[in-house]
Amino acid sequence: MTDTPPVLQISGLKIALPKGADRPYALEGLDLEINPGEIVCLVGESGSGKSLSAGAIMRLLPEPHVHVAEGSIKFRGEEIVAKSEAEMRQIRGRDIAMIFQEPMTALNPQKTVGWQLDEVLRLHTKMSRKERRARAIEMLERVHLPDPPSAYNAYPHQISGGQRQRVMIAMALSLSPKLIIADEPTTALDVTTQLQILKLIRELQEQEGAGVLFITHDFGVVAEIADKVAVLRKGILVEQGPASEVLNNPQHAYTRALIGAVPALTPPPLKVPSTAPVVLKGTGLKKTFAARGGMLSGKRKAVTAVKDLTFELRQGETLGVVGESGSGKTTVSRIVTRLLECDAGSVEMDGKDLLALSPREMREMRKHIQMVFQDPMASLNPRKRVVDLIAQGPIVHGADPAKARADARRLLELVELSPASASRFPHEFSGGQRQRIGIARALALEPKVIVADEPVSALDVSVQAQVLKLLAELRDRLNLSLLFVTHDLRVAAQLCDRIIVMQKGEIVESGPTAEVFANPQHEYTQKLLSSIPGRDWTPPVIRTDAA
Amino acid sequence: MTTLDTDLAPAEPPRLIVFWRRYKRNRAALLGLALFVIVLLMALTAGIVDPGDPLRRAGAPLTPPLTDWATPLGTDQLGRDIFAGIFYGARISLMIGVVATLVAIGIGVLIGALAGYFGGWVDDVLMRVTEAFQTIPNFVLLLTLVAIMGSKIEWITLAIGIVSWTAPARMVRAEFMSLRGREFVDAARNLGVSNASIIFREILPNALPPIVVYASVLMALSILLESALAFLGLGDPNYASWGNMIGQGRSVLRTAAYCAVFPGIAIVLTVLSFSLVGEGLNDALNPRQKK
Repeated sequence: MTDTPPVLQISGLKIALPKGADRPYALEGLDLEINPGEIVCLVGESGSGKSLSAGAIMRLLPEPHVHVAEGSIKFRGEEIVAKSEAEMRQIRGRDIAMIFQEPMTALNPQKTVGWQLDEVLRLHTKMSRKERRARAIEMLERVHLPDPPSAYNAYPHQISGGQRQRVMIAMALSLSPKLIIADEPTTALDVTTQLQILKLIRELQEQEGAGVLFITHDFGVVAEIADKVAVLRKGILVEQGPASEVLNNPQHAYTRALIGAVPALTPPPLKVPSTAPVVLKGTGLKKTFAARGGMLSGKRKAVTAVKDLTFELRQGETLGVVGESGSGKTTVSRIVTRLLECDAGSVEMDGKDLLALSPREMREMRKHIQMVFQDPMASLNPRKRVVDLIAQGPIVHGADPAKARADARRLLELVELSPASASRFPHEFSGGQRQRIGIARALALEPKVIVADEPVSALDVSVQAQVLKLLAELRDRLNLSLLFVTHDLRVAAQLCDRIIVMQKGEIVESGPTAEVFANPQHEYTQKLLSSIPGRDWTPPVIRTDAA
Repeated sequence: MTTLDTDLAPAEPPRLIVFWRRYKRNRAALLGLALFVIVLLMALTAGIVDPGDPLRRAGAPLTPPLTDWATPLGTDQLGRDIFAGIFYGARISLMIGVVATLVAIGIGVLIGALAGYFGGWVDDVLMRVTEAFQTIPNFVLLLTLVAIMGSKIEWITLAIGIVSWTAPARMVRAEFMSLRGREFVDAARNLGVSNASIIFREILPNALPPIVVYASVLMALSILLESALAFLGLGDPNYASWGNMIGQGRSVLRTAAYCAVFPGIAIVLTVLSFSLVGEGLNDALNPRQKK
């Protein structure tokens, strides 16, 4: 394009994995070029080798198990693969900077923000102490942290997640690097914060004219930020091109499937009449996490997770509970299932107040209200076979074990898993399959209500779409009522008939999903909706032959 | 094309085979296992190798080793066969090791599980009791118990179990505290599973690996404790135990060192075998800790 040489030029990169891995090469023949002032998004699902490519550029691969087998990585015309460790130390931080996914673990909790910024400058420049401090505060200002001098003296745990990511960006940019590698920098953040960080990266990168390699799994983010897109699948580059081209007119079948799996932001029409009977009704729910702290540790403030929450769930309906982290939405799901004791209020089902039942009566009632958990690995006992996991509920509630196991095999078929897998252990399944097992377990008791707490947020997009489809199908077929807790508005738009938007433990808005999305009343809802990454991009409707 | 997430990965080999593959990667652990098998064989064949009472007089007192084929390792000052004593001693040592460990692990798991699972005042009470036990040195408490209960082998074994349960209790408690917050426990509670079932069927199997590893260490410790007791003359005199043999060989240590040396070697190798096996188990059961 221009006469300036590309910042980064990767050609034919092959990264070898140790013997016994699921494939011999993590990356096979990656070609990529980043020009100054360009943001290139590397997109792929988990296990596609996208993070390892970042490691290869920084020369931070866990050698010798994983190493570059072939190919070249040229940084401003210089071969990186051939450089010595000492030369690499000079380049890292100064010329190539990296922003990590989890800002809490990437920052040293023992040192102040200022100390850590100072360290970067001390190692790579000859500035005096005063100059370094001025530069550090200037950088904190540039990433729009409120009150930079006080942030300079703060410890990482004293600032919020979004602010920590800003500090990481300030560190990465303080030496004006030519190349910035951002490895899922916004995945751990809430949507509203995510949008701010994306804007910030864009803004600073334009000022500095640096090239950015942005690694992500989220096509919404890609639509928001990318100039160029490269799509990886199991280590093989399947498609590469300008962002608008790849997003709106994907060529490769895999890219089409990935983009087709991104939930559209158009909510379904309301189909459950408001005359359907109410199956679950929460009134005036309240939960405060008590102040803890002993003689020496000092008192911490009590946290109100949920205050005065009231909702109704009708037969056959899906009620979405939407909010950012700390909004109390998970607390709601745990109060309703009584995994957490509530301070005040009632949850009515069949005319009984679940919260007032004795432990014995509650155990009996549990068969009517079941739960699907967020992390399908953590919620399945790793030492039990799948068939026992699914049959456990009915057996506890007095079913004949042999019959319960037979039913469990049938349920596996219902969630589209082979009954032959019944005698396996959870770790032999992939994430999406485990979540299917979790759903089968919840269905085994034939409950009236299923509470799903972020059931798809730990899954890759294409798997997420399949699990959501399954949930929707089962709901319609078995006439289930679903209380669906999620932070992802795209997911909510796809599945929920009505939604509740929560902020700091309170409902700020509720109503039919289509109405709330089309015409948000509350300021917070408006902010949430306008922060959805790639909200202006409507995924093209792609007819997929697979699935 | 996209792979459907319902396609299954190929089945894994059974757990036992995986376990054995991991275990045999550690050479020292294989040596430990071999030593353990030898000790086990000695215990099992004691009656065949030397029928009759090992405490009977088998030859002239203080016969040096390798002089008389009836007593290949020599005799002690009362003319008892040291070779037979070592074989029969293996029985006693293994028996004490296994039973005392079971007692200690049993008490430890129960107390640790209750404290770790319920927390709150249950935890406070149980942990104060545990700490009370820990403030008294193991061996002193053992001496006291044996002094009160007498030197019968059953009581000694029980006493060793009673003085060693605190460490497993704390370990189990820590495991339970981290496991009780896991989602699969919530999932079980949500199915209506009772507390007792959650503790023993859901959490305990997941807490087992470190307990199994510690049990092997505890066996070695129990054998050492018994030997130490016997060395002080507090062992059960009706059984040929390695500790007893060393204790009696002590008085002739300068003139006939072999009386104490052979049982000493037996103890060293047995304890070593348990430690090595423990390390191997640790590698095999917690594969993620290493590498």
